[in-house]
Amino acid sequence: MKSAVLFFLTAIACILPFLLPGNFYLGIATQILVYGLFAVSVNILAGYGGMVSLGHAGFLGVAAYTYAVTSGTYGFSPWTAVGAALVIGTATAAVFGLIALRTSGLSFLMITLALGQIVWGVAFRYTDLTNGDNGISLGRGTVISSDPLTLYYVCLAVLACVMILLAAFIRSPLGAAVKGVRDQPRRMSTLGYNTWTIRYIAYIVSGFVATVSGILYVQIFQFISPHALSLTVSSEAVLMVIAGGIGTLFGPLFGAGVVVLLKNVASAYTDRWPTLLGCIFLFIIIAMPEGLLPGTRRILAGLASALRKGAPRTASLQQNPRAR
Amino acid sequence: MLNRRQVLAGAAALAGTQFAMPAFAQNAPIRIGMLSVKSGALATGGRQMEDGFQLFLKERGNTIAGRPVEFIVADTGGQPALAKTRAQELVQRSNVHMIVGPVAAFEALAINDYLAEAQVPFICSSAAAEDLTQRKLNPWFVRTSSTSAQPCHPLGEYAAKELGYKKVITIADDFAFGQEQTAGFQRVFEANGGSIANKLWAPLNAADYGSYISQISGVDAVFAAFSGANGLRFLRQYNEYGLKGQIPVISAMTTVDEGVLHTMGDEALGIISAGWYSAGLDTPHNNSFVEQLRKVTGVDPGFYSVGAYSAGLALEAALKTVGGKAEDKQGLITALKKAEVVNDPRGPWKFDRYGNPVENIYIRKVERKGDRLVNTVIKTYDQVSQFWTYPPERFLAEPVYSRSNPTKI
Repeated sequence: MKSAVLFFLTAIACILPFLLPGNFYLGIATQILVYGLFAVSVNILAGYGGMVSLGHAGFLGVAAYTYAVTSGTYGFSPWTAVGAALVIGTATAAVFGLIALRTSGLSFLMITLALGQIVWGVAFRYTDLTNGDNGISLGRGTVISSDPLTLYYVCLAVLACVMILLAAFIRSPLGAAVKGVRDQPRRMSTLGYNTWTIRYIAYIVSGFVATVSGILYVQIFQFISPHALSLTVSSEAVLMVIAGGIGTLFGPLFGAGVVVLLKNVASAYTDRWPTLLGCIFLFIIIAMPEGLLPGTRRILAGLASALRKGAPRTASLQQNPRAR
Repeated sequence: MLNRRQVLAGAAALAGTQFAMPAFAQNAPIRIGMLSVKSGALATGGRQMEDGFQLFLKERGNTIAGRPVEFIVADTGGQPALAKTRAQELVQRSNVHMIVGPVAAFEALAINDYLAEAQVPFICSSAAAEDLTQRKLNPWFVRTSSTSAQPCHPLGEYAAKELGYKKVITIADDFAFGQEQTAGFQRVFEANGGSIANKLWAPLNAADYGSYISQISGVDAVFAAFSGANGLRFLRQYNEYGLKGQIPVISAMTTVDEGVLHTMGDEALGIISAGWYSAGLDTPHNNSFVEQLRKVTGVDPGFYSVGAYSAGLALEAALKTVGGKAEDKQGLITALKKAEVVNDPRGPWKFDRYGNPVENIYIRKVERKGDRLVNTVIKTYDQVSQFWTYPPERFLAEPVYSRSNPTKI
C-alpha cells in the first residue's frame, strides 16, 4: 500500500512538467522540490535527532554564496563550484556542530540561531566578497542550466537520491541509534553508545543535505543575497517540518509544498496571504497536531476501518504518541 | 507562441486561460505589471508607489496612446526570491508587456537578469542601486528615480562651497543605499576641500541612535542618510540630545522625504537636503500633481509616488512614439530610452545612454508652511547626471560606491 502510493507520487512527479500549463508553474514545482529538500535537512536534526535548529539557512547560504563566488566572481566551471560548495558547506556544518552540540534543548535552539545570524552578518557586512545586501547575480553561463525543464529534473533527481539515501540511513543501525539518542539519551549512554558522536554525525548529515539544497537554490534563483540566510527562512523551514509531519521521511516535502504554494499562488489572489498562512498552520495544529502527512494517514486509516464495519477502530485511529 | 508544453497542456485541457492571446488588435489592453510590496517593513513605500501610478492612470482615464490599460500589481513581500517568482508570474502568466517597480534595490537586482533574458522592458521606478545603470547594464532597463548618489554629489559641493563646512561626520543606514549615498557625498565634498571626520553606520533596524549621536562633536555639520522611518527616529533623538541648533544636519533625499516628513515635527525644521524632487516646487505640473495626490492620500507625494508617476509619463511618451504597440518590445524600449519627459512634476528630464535620468537636483530646506512641513527649494542644480561632472568612462572604471570606497578619511 505504502509503496504503491510512493510509486504513484514518483510517477506524478516525473510527468508533472507535462501536466502543468506553463513555465511559471514549473518554476513553482521546482521551488517546492528545493525548499522540500531544505526542510528535509531540518527534519533530519529536528525529527530524528530531536534537536530543533533555527540556523539552517546559514548552511543554505554558505553553499549558495560559495557557489556564487566560485562560479560567478572567479569564473570557475559550475561543477567545480558545486564541489567547492559541497566541501565548504559540509565543513561549516562540521565546525558549527562542534559548537552547537555542547548544548541541547532550548540552548541548542539559541546557539544555532546565533550561528545562523553570524553567517547572515558576514554575508551582509563582508561586501568585498558577498556584495552586501545587493547580493550576487549569476548569469546564464555560471549555472548548471537555466532551462526550467532541465532544472526541474535535476532537482527531482537530487531529491530522489537524497531521499533514498536518507531512508537507508534511517533504517541502518546508525539511524536507529540517532533515534535512540533522541528518545533515551541516558539509556543509550549507559548501553555504551557515544551519544555525542551520534548527534554530531546527525548534525553533519543534516548540514550536508542543507548544503545540497543551497546549491540547488542558487541554480533556480540565480541570485543570492543575505535575505536567503535570514531567520525567517530558517524558521519557515521548521514550520514546513512541523506542518508536514516531524520525524517522517516525506512529511517535510508536503509541508514545503503547502508553504511554497501559499506564498506564491495564494498571494496572487489575496493580499492577506500571510494571514491565510497563519490560519492554515492553526488548522494543522488543531486538526492534525502530528502534521499533515501522519494526520492524513490517520484519518484515511480511520475512514478505511469505518468502512470495514465491525473492524475494531483501535491503534490506527489514535494519534501518533510521538506527535509534538 | 506555443511551445510543446503548452500544446500538451492544451491537449490535457487543463488551463486555456494561460495562453498568450495574440493581441494585435488596437483595443486589446496594454498590460502593465507592477512589483510592489504590500506586507512587511517596505509596505509603506509600496503603497506610495502604487498611489503614484494609479493617479497617473486615473488622469489618463485608464487609456494610454488610445489603448486601455490593464494594471496588475504583485506583492513581493520585500523578499528577493519572491520578487523573482512574482516577476516570472507577471511575465509568463499575466503576459504583461512591461514591469514597473520594485521598491528595494535588492529586489531589482534579483529580477534584473531574468527580465533581460525574457526581454521585458523594465521601468524601475524607485530602486536606486548604482550598478543597475552603471556596471550591470541590462539593455531592457530604464530608471525613473535616480542613482543613490546622484543627489548627494551636488550636496557635497553645496556643503563645501555655499555652506562653507570644512569638517563633517556622516551617519547612515548600514546597507547599500545608505553607503552609496554617503560615498557620493564624501567624494564631492572632499574634492571641494572638505574633510570627513568619521563615518558612522547604524543597522537598519537600530532601536536607538544614542550611541551614535554621542560620537558627534567638533564638526561643522552632520550628513544623515536614512530611509523609511529611520530618519524620523534619528532626528527626534538628535533633538532630544540637544544637538539641534548646535551642529546642523544636512541630509540625503530620503531622510526628510515627503513620505515621512508629515510625521515629523520641529526637529526637522531647517534641515538642508538634496533631492530630485520636492513637493514644494512651484510649477503648474507639480502643483496639480500635489493637489491630486493629496486628495487620494491626504499627504504630500514623495520619492516613491513621484518615481512611479514619472514611470507612467515616460511610458506614455514611449507608447505614443510606437503608436501604442506595446507588443513591439524592442521598439518600446528604444523609444523609452529616447523619451524626454517635459511634463513631470519634478521638472524636465531625459534618460542618459545608460537608462538613468539626467534631471534637476534641488537643494531643499525644511520649512513650516501653514500646518505642514515642506521642502522649500533654495537652489537648483540643472540637469545633473548620475556621473556628476566626472567623465562616465573614468567613473565606471572605478569600483562601485561602498562602505569603504571612497576610503575613510
